[in-house]
Amino acid sequence: MSGSGSEKIYSKLYEQAKAKVEPKESKARVLVGTATCGVSAGALKIKEDFEREIKEKDLDADVVEVGCIGHCYAEPMAVIAKPGFPPVCYGYLDEGLVHRLVEDFLGGDDPSYEYALAALERNDVFPTFEDFPRGVYEQKLILENCGFIDVRDIESYIVREGYSALSKALAGKPAEVLEEIKAANLRGRGGAGFPAGIKWEACLNGGADERYVICNADEGDPGAFMDRSILESDPHLVIEGMILCAYAIGAHKGYLYIRAEYPRAVRHVQEAINQAREKGLLGSSIMDTEFAFDLDIFQGSGAFVCGEATALVNSMEGKMGMPESRPPRLASKGFRGKPTILNNVKTFAYVPFIINRGADWFKGIGTDHSPGTAVFSLVGKVANTGLVEVPMGTTLRQLIYEVGDGLPNEKEFKAVQIGGPSGGCLPESALDVPIDFDSLHEAGAIMGSGGLVVMDEDDCMVAVARYFLEFTQHESCGKCTFCRLGTKHMLDILNDITMGEGDEETLSLLKELAEDVRDGSLCNLGKTAPNPVLTTLEYFYDEYRAHIEEGRCPALVCRNLILYYIEPPKCSKLCNVCVGSCPTEAIFTRDDGLKEIDQEKCVKCANCLKACPPEYNAIVKISPPVLPPEKEKKTK
Amino acid sequence: MNKPVKIIIDDHEIEAFAGEKLLWAALDNDIFIPHLCAIREEKRSGASCRLCFVEIEGISQPVTSCTKSVEDGMVVKTRSPRIDRLVKTGFELLLSDHDLKCRECPANRSCALQKIAKERGLKLRQKRFKHIERDYQLDDSPKEFAFNRSRCVLCGQCVWADREEAKIGAIGFTRRGIKRVVTTFEDLPLAESICTECKLCVDACPVGALYYKDLKK
Repeated sequence: MSGSGSEKIYSKLYEQAKAKVEPKESKARVLVGTATCGVSAGALKIKEDFEREIKEKDLDADVVEVGCIGHCYAEPMAVIAKPGFPPVCYGYLDEGLVHRLVEDFLGGDDPSYEYALAALERNDVFPTFEDFPRGVYEQKLILENCGFIDVRDIESYIVREGYSALSKALAGKPAEVLEEIKAANLRGRGGAGFPAGIKWEACLNGGADERYVICNADEGDPGAFMDRSILESDPHLVIEGMILCAYAIGAHKGYLYIRAEYPRAVRHVQEAINQAREKGLLGSSIMDTEFAFDLDIFQGSGAFVCGEATALVNSMEGKMGMPESRPPRLASKGFRGKPTILNNVKTFAYVPFIINRGADWFKGIGTDHSPGTAVFSLVGKVANTGLVEVPMGTTLRQLIYEVGDGLPNEKEFKAVQIGGPSGGCLPESALDVPIDFDSLHEAGAIMGSGGLVVMDEDDCMVAVARYFLEFTQHESCGKCTFCRLGTKHMLDILNDITMGEGDEETLSLLKELAEDVRDGSLCNLGKTAPNPVLTTLEYFYDEYRAHIEEGRCPALVCRNLILYYIEPPKCSKLCNVCVGSCPTEAIFTRDDGLKEIDQEKCVKCANCLKACPPEYNAIVKISPPVLPPEKEKKTK
Repeated sequence: MNKPVKIIIDDHEIEAFAGEKLLWAALDNDIFIPHLCAIREEKRSGASCRLCFVEIEGISQPVTSCTKSVEDGMVVKTRSPRIDRLVKTGFELLLSDHDLKCRECPANRSCALQKIAKERGLKLRQKRFKHIERDYQLDDSPKEFAFNRSRCVLCGQCVWADREEAKIGAIGFTRRGIKRVVTTFEDLPLAESICTECKLCVDACPVGALYYKDLKK
């Protein structure tokens, strides 16, 4: 193999890219975050606004679509990079702000710092994201380029040394790539944390003429969007990781299994594949070597269980997306019966870094047994929702309170749900657990693929468990007894509890059944589905008991266990807002002018609670649903 | 077949073939392990009924014997508190979704569920789980047999017989989760489907979901 050849080709590619990108980057540019999160917050409109304003003022500035910067709480966002100034990031954009920024910053020389979130390069004027308190805890590796490179331009990736790892690897032997990944102890980021190097080696030794590399981007956990963001924001990083894997194990064909609900990710990845082919980075002789590898996208059709390895392969082969018993494992018998590597998006994204900077560097980040960083989509009752990357070993407390800036509205923390429907709910007492595969497993949760939902005092843990069970029960493929029927009965029991029905025995039956579903199910969907139930039973048992023993929902969530009540001393009499807000005409004005809720008609929609002006704040939820005595007397 | 080896199941030394599935090795030696979905000829067992759990020395978790290959010197237990608990729950879950009117059922006394209950001392009338109500329509369109889905345990024996023995492909599994059923393309009555009424599926059914009409009398 012509080793030095690949490096020569690479330096040519790099020079070409530099020549093209540098002039572009030397003039003023507006980078609009248009990953799905940004788009849903209105980023495409913001982009148009920028383009129109720039055109109207006849300015020389480019508007570029970039991916997710990670600060979802402030979407829509944009970065303005103008020569002579540090690049500045602005959030909460609207048409007026766009007008002002174009006029004052692009047209004039006033960066309007009062609207800025942070600068992106150190300077003497304005703080950067690293200067934020959270900056101490964050460490961006695979998210480093997200939000800063033009996702639709491969050269934007190449000038940031993209594909240099590939060129370096091609100059050496495949075994060197494998050795480096093994030495780095890169653990799979899909959830279970199985060492990627060991999997790759097993696949290599699978003794077949053909092997496949598949990237699992069937991200399906409610509240998780890490994989989507990475594919939308930096697709070449994942592609490069996959090529490196293919080189290590001698595969010539690979697939990205992306769910069809991620149309932007599909489009960006497809464009990236096309561009990589044009540059000779995919195809028959990659970087002029004898190594051939090509990639295609396979779109998943929305079944959660297809994120499970064997179900994923079945669905790619045109069969029903249902799991099989293992072994054989995919690494020995996978897609089309050939040895197959299936890794998560993030796992592949680490590979170019490890090849470029070495296993020792990688092991220097994170903990001994879980090296590297962890990427989370931090959502729920947390001030700074978004996409975060922290070294493994960071505690949950640091992640929630420092990086996420704690809970909004001065609410009390109740639980954090990690790992989605397969994960668990951990209480306050577990917040000092370091984030790594083994510690989280010990605590009863799992690392999962990175969904992290924060819950406060207003969340009912029984309702939360019910919510996740409803999800897994709905997503059960129905093949095996425990998952098909066990999750159904667990959901029924949880439904009963949220209605205040049941006794101590109900709870022990729920626990028994949950344990049996965990031990008896065929695939990991069923095996992990009980986790939200088991952890809430363990950590929030009193809350379950309040439901069944007192008919009380402590968080005032479960509809059957609450009622809405207008406190007479607080009601203004003169205001009619609640009456108008009620969709079922349950609220009426009494003879004495006070408002009252007809409990028979009330559907507990909470409209009145939101409508009642804060100066009165007269409407309360009561659990158990028993009217206060003074009210009862009057009705009698 | 591979070479004969010796394994121990429940303190009995038996001879089996390396590589064959443990379930069949046990059954061939008159050691009962509950099972519904296993098919000897199938290369990769569906392992969907989850009743054939056993414990094997050296493996921490219970394993399904229909997926585990025999290895020389293996020490197996078909009963233990853990196994019994799992089998009981799995069995009761299936019964919570099974129309339990044995006296009216043509499979009465030859039913695989009754056999499991008898062998393992389990009750057919389980009380832990609520019964799942179904409103399946009886398909008595074929001349000589009928299909009562409310007795079906989704073991897949009929689907195998239809596809692999009769080579017809009239029936298969459709839908997901709790709605999973065995049915024809477009849910047509069997007589209107491509079914040739060869009745191999009826012979394969272990629970009386597919049954001969005249045996009913």
